[in-house]
Amino acid sequence: MTIELTDAQLVERCRAGEQEAWNELVERFSRYVYAIAVRGFRLSENDAEDVFQDVFARTFERLESLRDDTAIRPWLAQMTRNACVDRLRAGTREQPTEEPLADEVDGEIERLDEALDVHEGLQGLPPNCREVLDRFFARDESYRVIGEALDLPAGTIASRISRCLGKLREKLEGRKPSPDPSGG
Amino acid sequence: MSAAPHDEERLGELLGMLPPAPTGWVQAAQELPEARRQLDEIVERAREDAAFRVRLLADLEAALTSAGYVPRPALSEALRARLAELDSA
Repeated sequence: MTIELTDAQLVERCRAGEQEAWNELVERFSRYVYAIAVRGFRLSENDAEDVFQDVFARTFERLESLRDDTAIRPWLAQMTRNACVDRLRAGTREQPTEEPLADEVDGEIERLDEALDVHEGLQGLPPNCREVLDRFFARDESYRVIGEALDLPAGTIASRISRCLGKLREKLEGRKPSPDPSGG
Repeated sequence: MSAAPHDEERLGELLGMLPPAPTGWVQAAQELPEARRQLDEIVERAREDAAFRVRLLADLEAALTSAGYVPRPALSEALRARLAELDSA
């Protein structure tokens, strides 16, 4: 999708049956749902996968019932939370596990909301900045791996990361980034 | 988007909190609408075509393949459940 749609526009297009919009919706929220399951509830990868598929299946089935299209994010968070609790309780029947406290989960979801805001801020940066920041911070790749993937000398990665973080910070604070002829 | 000021170290931490979900999971979720459409189509055909239904019950994966479908695990699993419902109805 070439033009960045708002969450509400995306939901509306998903309801109209547009496959491309559905792909974008899954892409936009996949990290968030995944992080709630593995960070917020500390689920195993197997359980997190079940929760992940379950949440998107329910989203697909119940999108009609979402009253406020702008509220897709909290709606997904709540659905993920419920699915994680169900999963943990089902698991407890077989093997006792400690369920995270509700306050801890609330705090973690709050931090993930902030993280998603920052991640969305990446979309306003040049593609080379988006990629280098995502690879380094979210994908935990080394300078060497990033350098090889982007065909850049490894010695320039640190300064590029720093420059791109500066741009991201300016973007999030609503300031216009200073022109950078190198584009990254 | 948050208007709160962020220092760069904090921005890095926040970016690190959202690693990508495994590609296969994302792809499976994206394929859901098509998978649901195929499922409905196969169940409808099984309802109307007794011979096809018998073939599905005998060897689901082979019957799907010969009917031109890719018998992905999620499709096979969902189809087994729907066929069982059909049988009990």
